Amino acid sequence: MPQPHLMIHIVPGKCDYCGCCVGVCPEDAIELMESKIALIEDRCTNCRKCVWACPWEVIEFHREGVDHLPKETPQIINEAVKF
Amino acid sequence: MKNFDYDVIVVGAGPAGSTAARYAAAGGAKVLMLEKDRDVGYPVRCGEAVSHEGVAQFIKPDPKWIASSVSKFRLIAPNGSSVLPKLDGGGYVLERRIFDYELAKLAANEGVEVITKAYVYDLLREDGKIVGVKTLIKDQKVDIRSKIVVAADGVESRVGKWAGMDTTCHIRDMESCAQMTLSGIEVDPDVLDFYFGDEVSPGGYLWVFPKGKDTANVGLGLSVEEAKKKSAIKFLHEFVDRKFPKAAMLTHIAGGVPCAKTNPEIVKENVILVGDAAHQVNPVSGGGIISGMIGGMIGGQVAAEAIINGEISHLREYSKRWHKRLGWRHDIFYNIRNAIGNFDDKTYNNICDSALKLPEDKRTLGGIFRAALWNQPSMILDVARVFLS
Ligand SMILES: Cc1cc2nc3c(=O)[nH]c(=O)nc-3n(C[C@H](O)[C@H](O)[C@H](O)COP(=O)(O)OP(=O)(O)OC[C@H]3O[C@@H](n4cnc5c(N)ncnc54)[C@H](O)[C@@H]3O)c2cc1C
Ligand code: SF4
Ligand code: SF4
Repeated sequence: MPQPHLMIHIVPGKCDYCGCCVGVCPEDAIELMESKIALIEDRCTNCRKCVWACPWEVIEFHREGVDHLPKETPQIINEAVKF
Repeated sequence: MKNFDYDVIVVGAGPAGSTAARYAAAGGAKVLMLEKDRDVGYPVRCGEAVSHEGVAQFIKPDPKWIASSVSKFRLIAPNGSSVLPKLDGGGYVLERRIFDYELAKLAANEGVEVITKAYVYDLLREDGKIVGVKTLIKDQKVDIRSKIVVAADGVESRVGKWAGMDTTCHIRDMESCAQMTLSGIEVDPDVLDFYFGDEVSPGGYLWVFPKGKDTANVGLGLSVEEAKKKSAIKFLHEFVDRKFPKAAMLTHIAGGVPCAKTNPEIVKENVILVGDAAHQVNPVSGGGIISGMIGGMIGGQVAAEAIINGEISHLREYSKRWHKRLGWRHDIFYNIRNAIGNFDDKTYNNICDSALKLPEDKRTLGGIFRAALWNQPSMILDVARVFLS
């Protein structure tokens, strides 16, 4: 079940675009291009598998309304990969 | 791209994709290969070690893509003691940015068309049937039709999922990896080094693979179950700071290796999976270049046969041939991987000690394995469990 008070945040500038997180994501919720990465938010169940898999600790876990969410960048990135 | 109708579209131009494309075209199919990155072969996310025997069945070894020829490997136990067995038949540390390129050229020589900066974002369907792929080529949306789609899209594979196959890798089986290419260091250009133990990579191993005598790929992989506690990058930084504090870092990459059994499904309707996308990596070593090429070769051959016969259902043959050739071995290796994953530092030290008691000419991988069994009776149980389960 989704945990609505928690959410995954991929920090795009830090990512190496290696795909390890995509390989373990059970929901096909990550879009990965040559140098763009984005979360497909409506598919993500916040299971955290991508957070544990990322060799570079690029994916952060935020408590909504508690931790600061740097919203701007991921939204631009998400826009770029909408089909 | 004169015509948008192909027999076979291959998604991904890694070793598995290029080999699948090459054999499909050699068998008479009209083939297009699509690669999302700007360059085939770059960036390199790989330790680049292969056996001579493995690579030579596909391409004649050429100095232009060989960084080091190796004839031995060193297993280094947590207490620092080591054994240095011979590598049967020898091996190479590749220059994959050139090697992958050469494999794509072999495919092109068979008539394969190749497009880079071509990101496949979905399968193309008509009346529910898969009839090709949807791509973004240099930021333009282009639909391309084909009778068969070969998914060679690596560890990040999604094509199989879109076709209805569950290719998610369990976190216990995924190796989370970090690697640096270090220069200005001293290494033995003839030797592959493997470090074991909780300090360097619990349940996995750390490698130092030479590229000449002053440069090496230094990396490690550990199961995501372990990486939960401490990430690959942290382990790597600690090792490099300790061992090569003055090194220059030429590359620094992240990566993932699916060290699982072959995916339960690798064929569905007119879609087949090859290479990492099919989980065709050797689950013990994490090596996936040669096994992915073998999967690609079989997949490409069967795809061409299906086209020439006009029988798409013939693709099921691919799964049978793969399991007969390598899949059955990977099932056994997978069980061994699980046994090794439980070794503690003491077990590794004991194995190394007993191997050192062997006469030098008996220090082969098989000899070490037998000595380990003899001197470490508890391992007999582990291994028995491996072979009986
Ligand atoms: C750190 C590390 C070290 C390793 N060391 C070794 C080693 O020493 N020896 C060894 O044998 N193996 C090693 N491996 C494993 C080996 O690298 C892989 O098994 C091998 O590259 C798999 O080949 P492939 O063709 O299946 O996939 P890849 O080589 O990953 O190629 C897949 C290609 O598909 C492209 N692609 C993905 N999605 C799309 C899309 N949607 N549209 C278009 N293109 C797409 C990607 O850009 C990529 O070029 C290592 C792996 C890692 C991560
Ligand atoms: S949290 Fe789970 S569902 Fe969401 S992107 Fe990560 S792995 Fe996928
Ligand atoms: S695992 Fe980490 S570095 Fe690799 S693509 Fe995912 S977020 Fe980026």
